[in-house]
Amino acid sequence: MADDRRDFRSNRWLRRVLGACFGGVCLVATFLGVLVLALLLWSVVAAAMPSAPMGATGPSLSVRVRDLFHLLGELISRINASDADAAGYRVGLVSSLWLLALVAVTGIPVGIAAGVYLEEYAPTGRIRHLVQTNIANLAGVPSIVYGILGLALFVRGYGIKALALGPVLISGVLTLSLLILPIIVITTQESLRAVPQSLRQAALALGATRWQVVRDHVLPSAFPGILTGTILGLSRAIGETAPLLMVGAAGSLDRPPRTPLDRYSALPIEIYNYAHEPGAEFRVVVAGGILILVALLLTMNSVAIVIRHRYRRSA
Amino acid sequence: MLSSALEVSSRRSAVAERWAGHSRYLAYWEAAVTLGLVLCTVVTVLTTLGIVAVLGVETVAFFSQAKIGIGEFLFGTALKPDATSPRFGVLPLMWGTFLIAAGSSAIALPIGLFSAIYLSEYAPRRLRSVLKPTLELLAGIPTIVYGYLALVLITPILKQIFEPFGLRVERFNALSACIVVGVMIIPLVSSLSEDVLSAVPRGLREAAYGLGATRFEVSTRVVLPAGLSGVCASFILAVSRAVGETMAVVMAAGMVPKITLNPLTSIETMTTYMVQVISGDASYGEPKYLSLFAVGLTLFAVTLCLNLISNLVLRRFREVYH
Repeated sequence: MADDRRDFRSNRWLRRVLGACFGGVCLVATFLGVLVLALLLWSVVAAAMPSAPMGATGPSLSVRVRDLFHLLGELISRINASDADAAGYRVGLVSSLWLLALVAVTGIPVGIAAGVYLEEYAPTGRIRHLVQTNIANLAGVPSIVYGILGLALFVRGYGIKALALGPVLISGVLTLSLLILPIIVITTQESLRAVPQSLRQAALALGATRWQVVRDHVLPSAFPGILTGTILGLSRAIGETAPLLMVGAAGSLDRPPRTPLDRYSALPIEIYNYAHEPGAEFRVVVAGGILILVALLLTMNSVAIVIRHRYRRSA
Repeated sequence: MLSSALEVSSRRSAVAERWAGHSRYLAYWEAAVTLGLVLCTVVTVLTTLGIVAVLGVETVAFFSQAKIGIGEFLFGTALKPDATSPRFGVLPLMWGTFLIAAGSSAIALPIGLFSAIYLSEYAPRRLRSVLKPTLELLAGIPTIVYGYLALVLITPILKQIFEPFGLRVERFNALSACIVVGVMIIPLVSSLSEDVLSAVPRGLREAAYGLGATRFEVSTRVVLPAGLSGVCASFILAVSRAVGETMAVVMAAGMVPKITLNPLTSIETMTTYMVQVISGDASYGEPKYLSLFAVGLTLFAVTLCLNLISNLVLRRFREVYH
């Protein structure tokens, strides 16, 4: 009896220590992610800042921050060049904004419409299940495969000359639209699912047609969720490099596109291109470009995340 | 009297007419909208068909152009697309891809799982509401940024660690790519796993606590087994993501197709090969250019299998609680 009790007690001690260690490991693992994010931002900022010697002799922090913003301003206004002192990202930025705007008007409506159909209209059954599985799989297809699809379908027109668009802006737009389609469909469906059924029933009972119910009641109350998905999808499109490489976005272009049928570039493409340049002076240019891209995407994503969390709390 | 009655009835019928007209208009509108929505849904199906068709047709063209068999393609150990008698063995690329996937999983799966357990079992509510969005932000950083970091941050650190031991670290090496891809897929693992673990019913936890279990025991023996299918599914999805990852690997791991166990040297993955071919000067119709599609099809098949298995695991082995 006494032996049993001693065993139990020693065991309890071990269990507590083990538990505490495990909790510690989990804590460290979680903060590792946050730490990496901080390290990442810091190292990019440090690389973009004009190099200061260690110690007190360097310029003060406020001067360096001002220099950094000055550098970013220069990078935004200059166009592509093979000389690091004259190199900038204007063409890439303008192209990326074109891509953003055009993907927003081509890819987003189609994605939302497909989500609405699957959630509000489609009869449950085999076909809906198949389409649903297909979309889940599309979301997992590597982005470079979409690039190949765009290359064969839009740039080369499946071998038919009349259909071939060539490596122009609209090819990139269509490719990116297909790429973000599954994200938009899935988030739209999720936010439609969160709309209470009673809302639909009430509207239907008052004689509204199905489309009236969706347009006037379901879509407005699912709007924040759909908006979140839209922003996340667009930021994904802005950050993608590989599919645009496939469909022929140009790394060094000396003027931004003016129409959807012009040749185009993109911010990440130009960064990739500069990263290939030999010479240490391009480091600052690359780091500055990364900083612009990251700032753009973090802003978009945090807006999306804030909307989502506020919406969830009120729901 | 009669005329006013007639007037009323005619007005009534006019109103009825207008209503009927409106509902007919509504019916047309309804049909048109439904058709539009169906067409948009069809686009998603066409995308998959398009991918399969494009890759399939061009791969067949590749095999007839390059005059090699499927066996030689899949199991050939030499990849020399530029040689006078080009060889297209995809095995070195498969090995490179496997190396990256395995290395990054070794980093991301444990860390992702631990942080999922922390977020769902340990973290106070306030902290959790800050940490979760932060991890989501990490997931939104584009892959080219990770590639850049591998090049300017990770590789120099690796050099400082390994070179004192006489190990040569190449400028492009597999290990730095593994590390950044691993960091990249941590949020995927932790956020998906956390969703699953949080969904395990409270009653199970409370029953275990009531029996005197510590938090560690509840986490590892009650919650984790209950959510195991979801955790496994998230693991497989993360591996699939690492397999399809392009830019970080292109920038960090280099473009030397070889079968090696040394992670400090340069390798080449399937995605990297595709970027290499498209950036090169091969023109359409050449075997080298067409090999792009054959490698693409292989990549697509691998990720598709992983995604389907992940789906299957999630559905087959899910514990259902009511």
